Amino acid sequence: MPELTYLQAISEGLREEMRCDERVFVMGEDVGEFGGAFKVTDGMLQEFGERRVMDTPLAESAIIGAAVGAAVVGLRPVCEMQFADFVACGFDQLVNVAGKMHYRQGLAVPLTVRLPSGGGFSGGPFHSQNPEAWFMHAPGLKVLAPSTAEDAKGLLIAAIRDPNPVCFFEHKHLYRRIKGEVPAGAYETPMTARVARPGTDLVVIAYGAMVWTALEATEDLDGASIEVLDLRSLVPLDTAAILDSVARCSKVVVVDEANATCAAGAQVAAFIAQHAFEHLDGPVMRVGTPDVPIAFSPPLERALLPQVSDIAEVCRELLAY
Amino acid sequence: MATHVADGSERANIRLVPNSLDLEDRVRLLRFMLLMRGVEDRAMHLYRQGKVPGSFYDGYGQEAVSAGAAYALGPADRLCVLHRDLAAHLVRGASVARILGQYMGRSGGFPAGRDANVHFGDRELGCVGMVSMLPDMMLVATGMAMAFKLRDEARCALTWVGDGATSRGDFHEALNWAGVQRLPVVFVLENNQYAYSTPTERQFAVDPVQRATTYGFPGITVDGNDPEAMFEVTRRARERALAGDGPTLIEALTMRMHGHAAHDDMRYVPPELLAKWRERDPIALQEGRLTDEGVDVAALRAEVTREIEAATEQALAMPMPDPATARQGVFAVGEAQPLGDGRAPWSGFHPEAPHA
Repeated sequence: MPELTYLQAISEGLREEMRCDERVFVMGEDVGEFGGAFKVTDGMLQEFGERRVMDTPLAESAIIGAAVGAAVVGLRPVCEMQFADFVACGFDQLVNVAGKMHYRQGLAVPLTVRLPSGGGFSGGPFHSQNPEAWFMHAPGLKVLAPSTAEDAKGLLIAAIRDPNPVCFFEHKHLYRRIKGEVPAGAYETPMTARVARPGTDLVVIAYGAMVWTALEATEDLDGASIEVLDLRSLVPLDTAAILDSVARCSKVVVVDEANATCAAGAQVAAFIAQHAFEHLDGPVMRVGTPDVPIAFSPPLERALLPQVSDIAEVCRELLAY
Repeated sequence: MATHVADGSERANIRLVPNSLDLEDRVRLLRFMLLMRGVEDRAMHLYRQGKVPGSFYDGYGQEAVSAGAAYALGPADRLCVLHRDLAAHLVRGASVARILGQYMGRSGGFPAGRDANVHFGDRELGCVGMVSMLPDMMLVATGMAMAFKLRDEARCALTWVGDGATSRGDFHEALNWAGVQRLPVVFVLENNQYAYSTPTERQFAVDPVQRATTYGFPGITVDGNDPEAMFEVTRRARERALAGDGPTLIEALTMRMHGHAAHDDMRYVPPELLAKWRERDPIALQEGRLTDEGVDVAALRAEVTREIEAATEQALAMPMPDPATARQGVFAVGEAQPLGDGRAPWSGFHPEAPHA
């Protein structure tokens, strides 16, 4: 199998799906000639033409709202937010129009919003956010956050084929740092969790870039057998996989790169507290970004985002409990 | 390009009563307006009897805006319908019983009591129901029109928008996008003088219809209390859209003759303003025209009343939804079904056949 970067895998997934379904088209700011701020759509204008690779006005609300309109008359729009942070400007269309449409009217909105998210490269407060939880809290939206190249391609294809609005969080810091073998052709990755490394003494539950941070932090932690569970999908949340890991490991650390209050990990921790209490040999521990905007200067940013050493320290503390 | 009238006190200076409407069309326009008024009046009674939960919002005095505009649309056109535009649903073919069932939160609504009473759309008739955030549906209509253009289809999208909603950013984003891409979309700005209690002079410094030209397409002001003028101006906007010439912003001047919702006594509206507009009732206007043509308007009214009576019985017989279904349907499963075609009764779409 060819080895692709996370970014190349996303790009390939999009291209494959556009080749096999002519209803699929891409819209966003600078996605055409320029190929997107991160080059995910590079070369697509040449292959698919400007009707299917559409540069739009700088208007996030309109991008999502127009995509809803296109979706309800039979197209499969894939919108790019240039940075996930900017989805705040399109929040209303996504949460109130797209997310509630099927419940209200039985009208499906097959729409994918690609959201380049996350920090770690001095993007500052408006180019580093992880707003997954905003959308987990809004009924009717699916929320995906792959960590590997293979999953990024397969989950993007699954998102495009899904009859619902899907928020696809692609972590910018993984774009070119992560490589992996990626199957050729179009395939769907299930919206379920994946055991990134099996273990028996403790499980770290994470998603997105934090899967890699967790793997590094626990690779050799005083000889302990540490599992890493990669959620991959936040809505739907694979509660069966979570229960399975907790039952086997009995100690749990939940990691978010997002600001910790009401983050995805808070939901996971609450679920475990309610449904797996008898399996626990210690408190459910959380590692997350404090409730602070993501600072620009590297030492400040590092002090905010969960680091390898932060996760290792919490794991040691819990192992000793 | 733009045709303006000074204010709503006189009819639009463009005399738009067209030869494209035959007598049956003109009767049908009256019928849709009578039906809208009658259904909403019945709903208000049901509300006062405690049978309509939440609040109730009506379009008394504005019937011509939705009846006339929707009447100009073809079956494959698509609409986003607002809360004072009941006649649009009726034109497209929504059943009166289901509408009353929807108002009462019954299982026979659109669908089954999920969204508040006036926020509905029949998916199978090409209608998207509004959300409360205004003017969000302008962007949805823009997107539908974008899809039509991408697929080279001769269809248009239409939505209504209120005067208050012109203050929000989505108004700009939709007009700009539609202008940039020259989309086949028609925006009907329903200027009913008040957004809840806020009069237009506290909403905008410049009449928003004038903004249209700055986005690259015409803005046309029309008498929103004249259903035939509403029809004709929309018909022309639709033709323009289908010819690939882009969007139109139509400002329909009208007056919200009732409160924002059932609870609102409208103490903030000067009585003389209401009195002035009461003289320009859209139904009275159309009844006068048709009486002059020898139409038996009283018989039409009686027929509409009978239809509403029968529909009310049907709606009251609908059970309330089963609480066990409350969590169902958040997500779609299986292949997505797009909007279906609606009814388009205008004789211009059926040149050789008499109407059904």
